[in-house]
Amino acid sequence: MTTMATPTQSAPDAPAPHYNPKSESAGAKRAKSTFFHMVALALTAVVLYPGLWMIASAFKPNSEIGGANTSLWSSNFSMDNFVTAMEGIGGVSTLQFFTNSLVLAIGAVVGTVLSASVSAYAFARINFPGRGLFFGMMIATLLLPFHVVIIPQYIVFQQLGLVDTYIPLLIGKFLAADAFFVFLMVQFMRGLPAELDEAARIDGAGHARIFGSIMLPLMKPALISTSIFSFIWSWNDFLGPLLYLNTPDKYPLPLALRLFVDQTQSSDYGAMIAMSVLALLPVLIFFLIFQRYIVEGVSTQGLKG
Amino acid sequence: MTQSPTLSRRSTTSAPAPLRKSKRSGADARAGYTFLLPWLLGFIALTVGPMISSLYLSFTNYNLFEAPKWIGFDNYTTLFQDERFLQSVGVTVNYVIFGTPLKLAAALAVAMLLNSKRRGQGFYRSAFYAPSLIGASVSIAIVWKAMFGDNGPVDQGLSIFGINLGGWVGNPAMTMPMFILLTVWQFGAPMVIFLAGLKQIPNELYEAASMDGAGPVRKFFNITWPMLSPVIFFNLLMETIHAFQIFASAYIISNGEGGPAGSTLFYTLYLYLRGFSDFRMGYASAMAWLLVIVVGIITLIFFRTSKSWVHYSGDSR
Repeated sequence: MTTMATPTQSAPDAPAPHYNPKSESAGAKRAKSTFFHMVALALTAVVLYPGLWMIASAFKPNSEIGGANTSLWSSNFSMDNFVTAMEGIGGVSTLQFFTNSLVLAIGAVVGTVLSASVSAYAFARINFPGRGLFFGMMIATLLLPFHVVIIPQYIVFQQLGLVDTYIPLLIGKFLAADAFFVFLMVQFMRGLPAELDEAARIDGAGHARIFGSIMLPLMKPALISTSIFSFIWSWNDFLGPLLYLNTPDKYPLPLALRLFVDQTQSSDYGAMIAMSVLALLPVLIFFLIFQRYIVEGVSTQGLKG
Repeated sequence: MTQSPTLSRRSTTSAPAPLRKSKRSGADARAGYTFLLPWLLGFIALTVGPMISSLYLSFTNYNLFEAPKWIGFDNYTTLFQDERFLQSVGVTVNYVIFGTPLKLAAALAVAMLLNSKRRGQGFYRSAFYAPSLIGASVSIAIVWKAMFGDNGPVDQGLSIFGINLGGWVGNPAMTMPMFILLTVWQFGAPMVIFLAGLKQIPNELYEAASMDGAGPVRKFFNITWPMLSPVIFFNLLMETIHAFQIFASAYIISNGEGGPAGSTLFYTLYLYLRGFSDFRMGYASAMAWLLVIVVGIITLIFFRTSKSWVHYSGDSR
């Protein structure tokens, strides 16, 4: 695991090993390059096809989605499906589902960034008895299937009367339960020079000061990666809301989509796919804006998508 | 409280050393636990506590409304006579055994293709990564179901080549390949990690091998594979553990039922159904603990066998 955990965001275009014997002629080089692009483009087409099909279908009338239609083009493109999708389901508008998703995702980002950075500072920068042991346990939870905790957690939240609220979905974020983010930040902090906090300590600064005014500003890249990923994970989360939320006006988008699928039973494929597109839209926009950050984050910290 | 060596190194300031040191380490311990508090609370209340109680519940009959009734190992013995359970194990094992290696093979192959200083590398890398970000979402599950439906675009596309598989979603024999394609489609995340690993391999190794007349196959097995083995190990471990936990796609594609004919009854889906639609919390807890034990054993086996094929060279970083 440690091999992947390069603490710093490495320069995006580090010199790539590229073996190129000098004897190779310019023609052979060009042929090789053409071959590379042909293979890579063909692969791109295959990989992007489901996404393009989804977007194209969202604009097509129902009659053209199923059946013999592999084409991405249609002469009958319209916004009708989106109009239907925006009406929502179960008496709740899609805008409400969006708001719910947004509230949950922002809560997740705030909670994760606060709790993970504070906990990571303890692991990375403070010497206290039991640190190694706790660190090992934190790493172990990375590998633990979370299904082992959902049943007792549900029982407890049910007895506290917290089912059908956002508290069960958010409390873990504020308690650094996503160990991956703690680990990411620990690795990042370990890469920062120790002289910084040593100097601050000599000047009489306590841990709170060192954390707040030295570490946090330097951790910006790690904080941004964490925010992006915790937003997207929360946005796409299905099991948590499925377990805890009962009333449709509290549903985030993934749950609303399930309701839509259940109630329309594929009779309105177009609207269903349009709503799927709407649900993915923020993630796609995030990806387009932050793709450098996201892909670098994966390659340097071994984050999952 | 013991003095740690790093601390004494730090406190080489003007103040009288012994006093400062003990003061410092006491303050450090207090500060350490204060900063660790959020994680520690979460660890105890949301992980350790629930783990212990689910272990207890796994030996009981509990339906959420009456007090748990101790029944010893009954849940565990019943599990192994429960045909649906055995089916869910079969489905999940198939998915892990075929899906994960295929996904990683695709990831490695594409990473090697992209590992060159060519234009457009960044674009391809991002394009191939995108599915990993959305692949486990409900939206993609809906799209997958529509694309692989009877007479859907995939079926139609294949029929152009004269291949007729008789549908995917409704055909018990084809649902597993459909799910494997869904996971292979998300090869981007391990690919990006492989690519980062490939860039660490010194070019001189390949040059020296060429000088000695080694072809691409020998270079792969004698340089790329061993040099990349820690990354391969990391990806294999993480992807395997993740594969066991597939849920949203299975739930959506099978309408939360695991059909047709139980062919998509993944382990976590069956656990969910037992726990949260039949309210057999004890039974579901036993399933959860079996999963933990199995994942634990697999992790252990991975680490044990890794000694023979994973090479950590001292200066690889």
